[in-house]
Amino acid sequence: MSVEVQALTKVYGPQKAIDAISFSAQPGRILGFLGPNGAGKSTTMKILTCFIPQTSGTASICGYDVSSHPMEVRRHIGYLPEHNPLYLDMYVKETLDFMAGLHQIRDKQKRIGEVIELTGLGIEQHKKIGALSKGYRQRVGLAQAILHDPEVLILDEPTSGLDPNQILGIRSLIQELGKTKTVILSTHIMQEAEALCHQVAIINKGKIMTDTLLPDLYHQHPGKSLEQIFVSVTNSAAAHANV
Amino acid sequence: MFSIFYKELSGYLNSLVAYITIGAFLVITGLFLWVFPESSILDYGYAGLDSLFYIAPYIFMFLIPAITMRSLAEEKKEGTFELLATRPLTDWQIVWGKYMAAVSILKLALIPTIIYYITVYQLGVTPGNIDSGAVIGSYIGLLLLGAAFAATGLFASSLGKNQIVAFIIAVFICFFAFSGLDSLSQLISLQNFNLSALGINEHYQSISRGVLDTRDLVYFLSYILFFLLLTKTILGGRKW
Repeated sequence: MSVEVQALTKVYGPQKAIDAISFSAQPGRILGFLGPNGAGKSTTMKILTCFIPQTSGTASICGYDVSSHPMEVRRHIGYLPEHNPLYLDMYVKETLDFMAGLHQIRDKQKRIGEVIELTGLGIEQHKKIGALSKGYRQRVGLAQAILHDPEVLILDEPTSGLDPNQILGIRSLIQELGKTKTVILSTHIMQEAEALCHQVAIINKGKIMTDTLLPDLYHQHPGKSLEQIFVSVTNSAAAHANV
Repeated sequence: MFSIFYKELSGYLNSLVAYITIGAFLVITGLFLWVFPESSILDYGYAGLDSLFYIAPYIFMFLIPAITMRSLAEEKKEGTFELLATRPLTDWQIVWGKYMAAVSILKLALIPTIIYYITVYQLGVTPGNIDSGAVIGSYIGLLLLGAAFAATGLFASSLGKNQIVAFIIAVFICFFAFSGLDSLSQLISLQNFNLSALGINEHYQSISRGVLDTRDLVYFLSYILFFLLLTKTILGGRKW
């Protein structure tokens, strides 16, 4: 298992953002992290990428614990944060060169060329990031995330705000990457989870509701679409919480 | 760390920030040194750069916070800080890289003022009649003072997402550390505490005389380290 999460909890003041969640992910399988807004998806991802520490529980990436070996973890992950922050006044190649420098990649120019090719940034590669459309910015974000060829990719809402054509482009890229790497992506678009993911974890109010392979999930809820399953799982939790 | 330094430096040099601050610095010092009658060397009649080293700290007080105000505040506002913090980099490396870049801009601003020195050197009644030791000392003092201001500015920039707030806080701390403590020490009730020894001005003046005292050096280095350490602590604040 390249991602292993055990009883992970994060408390913000009086509020539990995530509550003792456990899951694992492995290479060649895309794990979809589904949940309503504020369910704790981004918080989990921030802990996995060593941006913030957990309150309790453990998480490890490729065998390295996030709290005791943060530098090793950071070398093994590629992270696309929510809202895709970028240096808007840098050029595409400049920003990739900077990131390559941070990762001490040896043959920088060759790798940057490969990544530009892979993400389809070819025609836009000489522009400033600020001048790019949202779809291309998203590609730059992805290019940054895969630049150092990480074993684990953590993508926080990789297709939010894109038009249908761009979504298809990004999806096929993720699918391609998911064949060899461990990919964890969060989304609240059900069609996307259906199209992309092999394994689905539905998270609500900081708790994991289900975590199974997609075919098994359909099997457990016969005759329902993923959307209906999502609604019933997240709403029954709300009903349960009220009792 | 070198990558951060290089990125920051090219960020300054690719935007107008560096050129405007350096330009403003040179224009203001040039005016004070050669044009304005009260402080101009030509009217004053002595071959010395005293008025440059008198006015420069006050200019730095505003210009250096202007250079450093965006360095961390903008990263936080744009969310790119998350991008940096999830790369194999320690917070120290981020702080240090950004700090060195700001100090480099400061050095770039100081280098052209060597022309003033050469001019005064040539203008003396017997050319070369200038106290070079004091000038070298003053340059070292000014560099240390600027480096201290840059550390203050970086600290202020780490406090929040707003660049203007960072700028104002930095100017205030710089002013207080430079001359505020000096003035406070003149209050009768505080005269016994030797407060001015805590202020930058006292140590700056002492180095400007051309005597490099370890006490002054240690003062500046510990001032810089103190503020960089504070900056690093605040960046690590997300982990509390």
